[in-house]
Amino acid sequence: MPPSVRQALRAVSSLRLTVALLSLGLLMIFAATLDQVNLGVWGVQQKYFHSFLVWGRVRGIALTVPVFPGGYLLGGLLIVNLVAAHFARFRLTAAKAGIWLTHVGLILLLVGEGVSGALQRDSQMRLNVGQTSRYSESFRDYELAITDPSDPRFDRVTSIPARQLALAKPIHSPALPFAVQTVAYFPNVRPAAGRGENDADVPAAELQFRGPQGVIGTAMVSAELAEPQSLSWKGRTWQVELRSARYYRPFRLSLLRFTHDVYPGSDIPKNFASTVRVVSDDGRDDRRVVISMNRPFRYRGLAIYQAGYANDDHTSVLEVVHNPAWPVPYLSCGLIGAGLVAQFGLQLAKFGRRSRRKS
Amino acid sequence: MKRFLPFLTAAAALAAVALSLMPPPQRGAFHLAAFGRIPVVAEGRTKPLDTVARATLLVCSGRQQAVTAAGAEIGPEQWLLDTLFRHAIADSYPVFRIDNPEVLATLGLEARDGLGGVRFSFLQFAGNFAELERQAQMAEEVDASQRSAFQRGALELAEHVQAYVQLKFGLTGRMPRGPWTEVSDRPIDYTPLTAAWQNQDPEAFNRWVALRLAQAAQDDPLAVRKSRWEARFNAAEPFYTSMLLYVGAFLFAALSWLTWPESLRRSSIVLLAFAFVLATGGIAARMWLEGRPPVTNLYSSALFVGWAAVALCLVLERIHRSAVPAAAGSLIGFGTLIIAHHLALSGDTMEMMRAVLDSNFWLSTHVVTVTLGYAATFLAGFVAAVALLRSVLSRRPDQAADDAAARMVYGIVCFATLFSFIGTVLGGIWADQSWGRFWGWDPKENGALMIVVWNAIILHCRWGGLIRQRGLLTMAVFGNVVTAWSWFGTNMLGVGLHSYGFTASAFHGLVAFVLAQLAIMALAALPPRRPQPA
Repeated sequence: MPPSVRQALRAVSSLRLTVALLSLGLLMIFAATLDQVNLGVWGVQQKYFHSFLVWGRVRGIALTVPVFPGGYLLGGLLIVNLVAAHFARFRLTAAKAGIWLTHVGLILLLVGEGVSGALQRDSQMRLNVGQTSRYSESFRDYELAITDPSDPRFDRVTSIPARQLALAKPIHSPALPFAVQTVAYFPNVRPAAGRGENDADVPAAELQFRGPQGVIGTAMVSAELAEPQSLSWKGRTWQVELRSARYYRPFRLSLLRFTHDVYPGSDIPKNFASTVRVVSDDGRDDRRVVISMNRPFRYRGLAIYQAGYANDDHTSVLEVVHNPAWPVPYLSCGLIGAGLVAQFGLQLAKFGRRSRRKS
Repeated sequence: MKRFLPFLTAAAALAAVALSLMPPPQRGAFHLAAFGRIPVVAEGRTKPLDTVARATLLVCSGRQQAVTAAGAEIGPEQWLLDTLFRHAIADSYPVFRIDNPEVLATLGLEARDGLGGVRFSFLQFAGNFAELERQAQMAEEVDASQRSAFQRGALELAEHVQAYVQLKFGLTGRMPRGPWTEVSDRPIDYTPLTAAWQNQDPEAFNRWVALRLAQAAQDDPLAVRKSRWEARFNAAEPFYTSMLLYVGAFLFAALSWLTWPESLRRSSIVLLAFAFVLATGGIAARMWLEGRPPVTNLYSSALFVGWAAVALCLVLERIHRSAVPAAAGSLIGFGTLIIAHHLALSGDTMEMMRAVLDSNFWLSTHVVTVTLGYAATFLAGFVAAVALLRSVLSRRPDQAADDAAARMVYGIVCFATLFSFIGTVLGGIWADQSWGRFWGWDPKENGALMIVVWNAIILHCRWGGLIRQRGLLTMAVFGNVVTAWSWFGTNMLGVGLHSYGFTASAFHGLVAFVLAQLAIMALAALPPRRPQPA
């Protein structure tokens, strides 16, 4: 190995770098915790943890500059540091087995968190008692839905992600005889948004619909509007609506019963439970399931949780989580736990031997 | 004397503990203690009337006893009975604690009108009660974090008065909801009791109470048994006794560095052991009464942190016979019980678990391990602080003692790393099980992670040779700051899933604690004293 490479490896694998990275991480976590008062949990996740750099505004200049390394950068560097340390310094011996296990588990945990951050998709399903649904709705993403109800057997829906509307380019779809053009797009039209757990932006847009001969209609859409607007042209009518993005599932859920138990003589909630019927499209499943607090229903790569209730206990809110990396923390925790126990147990045994020798 | 001191201490402690556990003697002809044992259901929990009385008194006045207008001390049962049945007398008891001078002014009161300057009777401000209600209503409109000290004070007092009024008229049928419900469907007629108490007729009173207890024993024997023990537990106040024992243990430990090292050290351990046994009994009693693992809320976490730290200290003291662990343990034991006392002021400390927390499996795994992590990190910090102070303040430098302290702290930090890591991760797994995400960067999660990271930093600094003994001890003291932040600071932000037990007045305590730790660290950074030339 050439000396320059060895030197670089030594620097990258040094314990000083480990300590520096951990200290920066500690500072970042602290700052992010304090900032939750302003940004809410979701905003903080985006700004600090799911980013390479934390951007801040410098007073006086209308410029945002990186002020701190973000979670991805620190986590990534920590992985590099750890891997390099194992190449440069550690040998795989029985005495170091605990440290190896701990570090492998830690790498797995960091990678798993990165993957979850990138792939996890949360959505919710609101069901009234007796209602059936085959889709869940996004918390933060919206879509423009253009519905053609002319066929009595089914509706033909064309959906356009709100992100695409924001680009303000004409949007053509083979399913529509006209193009959609954004005149103006407002990412968030509700005042005082962004605080709190799930206060998402609510977008609105001014749209034009263009046929071959020019503008055939306009619409002002907002996710806050409850009713769709209609567009008529050449004897046909479409419903136009900006709504939460929908994820269609290969099964249907019907809410049979929702219970909200309280402790006797108080308002303290004891349990929330939804009894649902799940019917899969492939005909393999048709059964009853109870989803309650701390008891999610895992089904076809999704985990469905009891998240809340509304409408005087007539509506149950279920959270639908898609996260292919969910088993990773379980595995890495096992590894790290075993590693720490091995490492500290070994040290304790050594200490015990030494003090026995002394006495 | 020197040889017998530990035995004398043990005998005295034993006598004091035994005395505190004896049932209090009956004063007067009324079987008040029996009345206090009657089980009822309040806030979703079956508990004795004694607890109902004490919790309300604690909330309103900050004490478990009341004082009559004439200045005589009365127990919670008598206060409850007067509140229920002799309104005019109860209204004259100074049981409302009012600290805020502006609230006092609104009520047309001055501090010197009150008992001890802070406790006032309902009668004293009844005339201005409408104005208090108006102020409280206005305060209610304001976002909790934006309220002024006056608004918080007015709102608090209005809530206390409401709790009092709820008791006062609860049994008369004039309130939408009674102060409690009965343990069975059997209709209970309180008229004979009302008459007996109003006429101060002990015979009729005792007869009603005996009959009621017999009925309850028929309907729900377990409730009666638990209620009896809970009332005994309330009267014994085991945590109060252990608090006093911790003070003694600390004094003996500190004195042992000046004179009679072995004798005083042993005496200190004796007191520590008594306090520990008492705290163990107290926690076990709570667990049996609640049917829950030891930690269910902030209050019980304080009890458990102290208990676990003292347990570790007793083990450490067997290895390092230096009285440093004993001093650190008694400090933590005392401090956590003080914290618990203040947390108890918000009401019944055995409240029912909200739906999301209602899982004995996760409470006994995640919550217990993470609390053990807190306890160990605090212990490392306190042992380090005691060792640092002793080293800095003593005239002769004692390298061997410093080395021993550093080894001990290193060991505790390893233990703390293990438990806080496993506890934190189990919390993540609970979150994944209960709402679909392993990690959400919630303030409490971040706090727990910060403890793990800080302990990891200490260990890596040590392994990398970046710090020696002094550095290790100093960093361990900072662990106190990180843990205090995680334990309480994060709850004060008022955001996130764990923002229960928000305690605004605790903020000053936290700041003072952090400053004290920083001062100790600064002291440790001073150049060490040179050995005095002989």
